Amino acid sequence: MDEETRIGVYICHCGRNIAEKVRIDELLDFAKTLPNVTVVRDYKYMCSDPGQKLIAEDVEEKGINRVVVAACSPTLHENTFRNACRRAGLNPFLFQMANIRELDAWVTESVEDATEKAKAFLRAAVNRVALHEELEVGKTKINPNVLIVGGGIAGISAALVLAEAGVKVYLVEKEPTIGGNMAKFDKTFPTLDCAACILTPKMTAVKAHSNIELLTYSEVEQVEGYVGNFRVRIKKKPRYVKEDLCIGCYECVEDCLFAEPMFPSEFEMEIGKRKPIYIPFPQAVPLVPVIDPNTCMWLTAKKCPQYCREACEPDAIDFNMGEEYADVEVGTIIVATGYKPFDAARIPQYGFGKYENVYTSLQVERMLNSTGPTGGEVLLANGKKPERVAIVHCVGSRDENYNRYCSKVCCMYSIKLARLIKERTGAEVYNFYIDIRAAGKAYEEFYKKAMEEGVYFIRGKVAEVTDIAKSEEEKGKLVVVAEDTLLGRVRRIPVDMVVLSVGLEPQEDVDRIRNMLKLSCSADGWLLERHPKLAPVSTAAEGIFIAGCCQGPKDIPETVAQAEAAAGEALSLIERGEIELEPNISFIRRERCSGCRICIGVCPYGAISFDEEEKVAVINPALCRGCGTCVAACPSKAAQQHLFMDEEIYAEIEGVLL
Amino acid sequence: MKPKVALYWCASCGGCEEAVVDLAEAILDVVNRVDIVFWPVAMDFKREDVEALQDGEIVASFINGGIRLSEHVEMVELLRRKSQLVFAFGACACFGGIPGLANASMRDELLNYVYSEAPTVENPENIRPVPDYKLDGVKLDVPEFLESCKPLDEVIDVDYYIPGCPPSVGVIVDALNALLEGNLPPKGSVLASQKSVCHDCRLNTTKPEKILLKSFKRVWEAKPDPDKCLLAQGFLCLGPVTRGGCGALCINGNMPCTGCFGPLDGIVDYGAKALSFIASIIDSTDEEEIEKILEKIPDPLGLFYRYSLPKSLLDGIRR
Repeated sequence: MDEETRIGVYICHCGRNIAEKVRIDELLDFAKTLPNVTVVRDYKYMCSDPGQKLIAEDVEEKGINRVVVAACSPTLHENTFRNACRRAGLNPFLFQMANIRELDAWVTESVEDATEKAKAFLRAAVNRVALHEELEVGKTKINPNVLIVGGGIAGISAALVLAEAGVKVYLVEKEPTIGGNMAKFDKTFPTLDCAACILTPKMTAVKAHSNIELLTYSEVEQVEGYVGNFRVRIKKKPRYVKEDLCIGCYECVEDCLFAEPMFPSEFEMEIGKRKPIYIPFPQAVPLVPVIDPNTCMWLTAKKCPQYCREACEPDAIDFNMGEEYADVEVGTIIVATGYKPFDAARIPQYGFGKYENVYTSLQVERMLNSTGPTGGEVLLANGKKPERVAIVHCVGSRDENYNRYCSKVCCMYSIKLARLIKERTGAEVYNFYIDIRAAGKAYEEFYKKAMEEGVYFIRGKVAEVTDIAKSEEEKGKLVVVAEDTLLGRVRRIPVDMVVLSVGLEPQEDVDRIRNMLKLSCSADGWLLERHPKLAPVSTAAEGIFIAGCCQGPKDIPETVAQAEAAAGEALSLIERGEIELEPNISFIRRERCSGCRICIGVCPYGAISFDEEEKVAVINPALCRGCGTCVAACPSKAAQQHLFMDEEIYAEIEGVLL
Repeated sequence: MKPKVALYWCASCGGCEEAVVDLAEAILDVVNRVDIVFWPVAMDFKREDVEALQDGEIVASFINGGIRLSEHVEMVELLRRKSQLVFAFGACACFGGIPGLANASMRDELLNYVYSEAPTVENPENIRPVPDYKLDGVKLDVPEFLESCKPLDEVIDVDYYIPGCPPSVGVIVDALNALLEGNLPPKGSVLASQKSVCHDCRLNTTKPEKILLKSFKRVWEAKPDPDKCLLAQGFLCLGPVTRGGCGALCINGNMPCTGCFGPLDGIVDYGAKALSFIASIIDSTDEEEIEKILEKIPDPLGLFYRYSLPKSLLDGIRR
C-alpha cells in the first residue's frame, strides 16, 4: 500500500467497567503520541451504534485507514468492529482490538497499574495494525445433505426434522436396528408412558421417509473435507440377510438349527436369549434379521444344513456377504452417538456377576417390558417374585473412584423403576441415594408420588451388597449395607433383589469418532460443545454438531431438544448456501519450503498435503482453521499465518514491553 | 594484481583450517587466483605484517572461531580495519559454535574448574593466568579470558557468513567464486542454501507423509537403516531445522544432522526452533508419556544449541 498509514484509535469506557480502573484521559494523551495515529477518540460504549458510527465518520472525513479499538475481549466484539470497518469501506482486517477490560480493568488492582497496562496493550495494537494486510476471505458452498451418526432417539429426531424440511439425510447406526437405548426402556418418567409407544412410530417414520437413507449395522469409517464439503466413507457390516429382499417374516429365525434361543441377547442386556439368526426386538427397524458370525454354525464351522435359507421364501439369506463400503458427500454432520451404561462389574462390592439376584437398571427395564425375557414380570433367578427390592443409586456416578459427574437421569429412572416394581410385584422397595435430583418439569411431583405410594428412601451411599448373614432375618437374603446419613448409623437391609442404577459413560469408540471428526472432549470424555451456554450443539469443528448423550448425560426431552436444535443449526447452514472461511489461515512460502513434511503430521485438520511434483507442502485454505500449529512446527519458517505473521507478532511484543 | 586475502583463527579447533586444506586440488587454483597475505596456521606471517598494510588493502578476511580472548578482539578489529570484506567462516564465527557451549557456565566457574577443581589438575599455588606477567624481568602479555564466548558479528561488522563445522568444500568454493567473480549477494547473506538439509537429502523421498514419533533413538542404541529417513526412524536428525548446503554429508554417512549450518533466514533462535519442531512431532497428549519420550533427550542444551548458544536468546540473559 502506497498511501500513508493513518490509524484511528477508539477507547471504550464500557460504562464504568473500564473507565473506573483505567484513566481514560491519560490513555487518550498517550495514544496521540503513538506512531501513525491520526485520530484518537473515547466513547462510553464503542459497541453501540453511535460508537461504531465514529469509525465510519473518521474513515470518511479524516481518511483513517487502520483502526484500533481498545475495549473488551475480541471474542465478544471483534466481529462487530470488523463489520463496522467493512461498512465504512475499509478492509475488515485492517483492524485490531486491544483488550483492556478482561485482561486489564477487571483483573488489575490499582488504577495506576491498570492504566499502564492499557497503554502497553494499546501500543501493541497500534504497532501491529500498521503491519496488517488487506485480506480476502474465501467462501465455500454448503452441500445440502446431512450425515447423522447414531440412530437413537437423538439421531431419529434430528433426521425427521431435516427430512421433513426436504433435506437428504444419511442416518448411520452401528447396531442392526435403530432405536438406541430408549428402545430398551419399558416406561419413561415422569409420565409413565410406554417408551415403545412414543419411539416406534418415529422409527417407522424414519424407515418410510423418502429423504432418509438408513444405514444400519454400519459405521462411519472415514471423514474427509470441511464444512459444506465432507466426504464420508461408511462401512456396512455383513448382516448375511439382504435388506432389500427380506420381508421380516421370522421364518428363518423359527427354522434355525437351534430350536431354542441359547445365546445371550445383547438387546436384552444378556438376561434374555437369542438364536444365531435374530431380530433384536419385534419393533426393530429395519425388521430384518441379522446372523451373528460368532454363533452361527455355518459361519463358524460350515456345519449346518442351512434351514434358514430353505425357510426364506424371498431368498434373502446370503452367507457370502462381506463388508461393503458406501461413499457419501454431505455438508454437515450431526453426531448423536449416545452413551454406554456404566459396567456394574467394575464395583465388585456391589456383587454384580457374583450374586444372581443383582441386576442392572437396564436389565430390570427389560424384565418390565412385556416383550422382554420375562414377559413383563420382575422375577428372581428362581422364577419367584421378589418381596423386597433395593435400588442402589449413583452406581459409577458421583464417585471419585469411577466418575465424578452426576449421570443426571438415574435418580428419576430409579424412582420410576421403584414405582413399576412395586406396581408389578407388590414388593417393598428401598432406594439408597446420595441426594435426590428431581429438577425438571413434573419430576419432583413424580418423586413425591413414589413416596406416597410407600417406596422407601434411605439417604446413604451403599457400602456393599453381601450374602453373609449376621442374623436370622438376613439368612438367604442379599444384605445391602449403607450408612443412613439421616439416622447417623449403619443399616443392613436384607432384600431379595438388588437393582444397580448404573450411570452413563461415553461410548466405547468415542475417541475414534472424536479423532475422525476432529472434535474435542471434556476430561470425562463427553464431546465438547463450542460454548456451554451459547453454542450448546455446535462444536469447534465448523459444520459438525452434537446432540444427546454424546455431549453429556441427559434425559429424553433434553436429548430431543438438542437433536432438533442441531437439525436447526444444520438447516441454517444449508439455507445460507455458502459460508465465509476464516481469514487467519496459514500458507506456505514455497520458496522457503524444504519439503521436510513436519507440518503435515501436526495439522489437526488434515489441511496440509505434499506436492510430489514441486516437493513442497501445500495448505488447503478451505480446510485450515488457523490454529497455527504448523507455523510453530515449521523448521524453515515457510509456514506462516495471516494476522499472525512474524513481523506482526514481534511488533506486538515490542509494543507490550513499554 | 591478485586480490589480497587473509585467513585467521580465533577460539577454534582448527577444523576450519583443515577445511581449507581439504579443498585439495582446488586450493592450488585458489592460491593462483589470490594473494594470501596472512594465514598464521599455514604460513609465517606476523601481526606486524598486517599492521603494515593500508586500511582496506585486504580484499577479504576469512575469520573462523569464536571470540573468547582479548587477543581475538584485537586481531579481528585489526583485520576489519584492513579488509574490505569480512567473512565469518564456520559455525564458531557465525554462531559461537562448540566453544560457545562454555557460555552455559560463568567465566569464574570455568577458570576455577580448569585451574583447580578438575580431577586431573594439581595446582597447589593456585596459579591463574594474569594479563601482565614478568618472568625474569621480561614482561609477558597473556591474553585476557573474556566474560563469554561471542560470535564474530558481536565484535566487528561482518559482511558474509559461511556456516558449517567445518564449512563443506562446496560452500567454500562457491563463496570464493562469488568473491572473485563479483557475484556476492547482499551484505549479511549466509553463503549456503536457502532451504533446509532435507531439501538436499536423498532420504527425503523416503519420508512418510506424516512424521509423528512415539520414541526417539540415540545413535548408539540402534543402527540406522541407511535407506530410510533417519528422523522417521526416530533418530534425532536436525536436518529439517538446519540450513542446507552441505549436501546432507552426515546423513550420507548414516549419522543424523547435528545442525552445524545453523538456522535458515528469519529464525531468531535456532535451538528454540529445533525444540519447537521436535516437540510438535511427539505423538502423544499424555504428559507422563511425553516425559518418558523426552528422557531420550538428556542434554537438550547440548543437542539443540550445540553450535549456537552464544547467538541464542538464552545467552541474552547473560548480555
